[in-house]
Amino acid sequence: MKFAIQVNASPYQSNAGYTAYQFINAALAAGHEVFRVFFYHDGIYHAFKYATPPDDELQFTAQWSELARLHQIDLVVCISAAQRRGLLCSDEAQRQGKQDNDLADGFRISGLGQLVEATLEADRFIVFG
Amino acid sequence: MLDIILTTAAFDQHVSILLLDDGVFQLKNGQNPEIAGMKDTAVIFKALEIYDVNDIYTEVESLQERGLKPGDLCLPVQEFYRKDIAGLMKRFDVVFAG
Repeated sequence: MKFAIQVNASPYQSNAGYTAYQFINAALAAGHEVFRVFFYHDGIYHAFKYATPPDDELQFTAQWSELARLHQIDLVVCISAAQRRGLLCSDEAQRQGKQDNDLADGFRISGLGQLVEATLEADRFIVFG
Repeated sequence: MLDIILTTAAFDQHVSILLLDDGVFQLKNGQNPEIAGMKDTAVIFKALEIYDVNDIYTEVESLQERGLKPGDLCLPVQEFYRKDIAGLMKRFDVVFAG
């Protein structure tokens, strides 16, 4: 079955993001396909490249990047949610006259159209948080 | 939520809105958000007709619990009892939670 996932909560606000991560791993292990994860609202905090948790804690951002690399999952961050919270990729920062490049590997910034498209393409669309 | 409604409508999908719990306040008349320095989102709801979004549903109990009547809202709504909301949702392919 083909899944699309939405994550609305930040890593430290609730365990919704990590539950989504574990769900995706379980779905992939069971032979399902997860083709896109859409990070919306505070969910965009998963995509901050410079998140630096202590070594003995979960490395949320790095885990998502690794998941995307291993399984070619499209990690999409909502552009308006990201800009409101100060998460800018280098292209967007340049356009805004700023110097950030905050986006971790495997994530890309795009719009809500990607979310709608994912719901239309997926057999199941699940929202976490 | 409005962003998702507008984007979905722009993808030529049939969109309906269900207002539950405090969501019913979205359409309340006389909000005067400018007094609090906030954006007037009720005006955007009124413009949804342009996007062919005409079906707005709400829950009888959600209105009652907040002392509201359909006439207190700035757009016409179709009311459903709480027991019938699950059946209403079942009529749709995709449900976004606000």
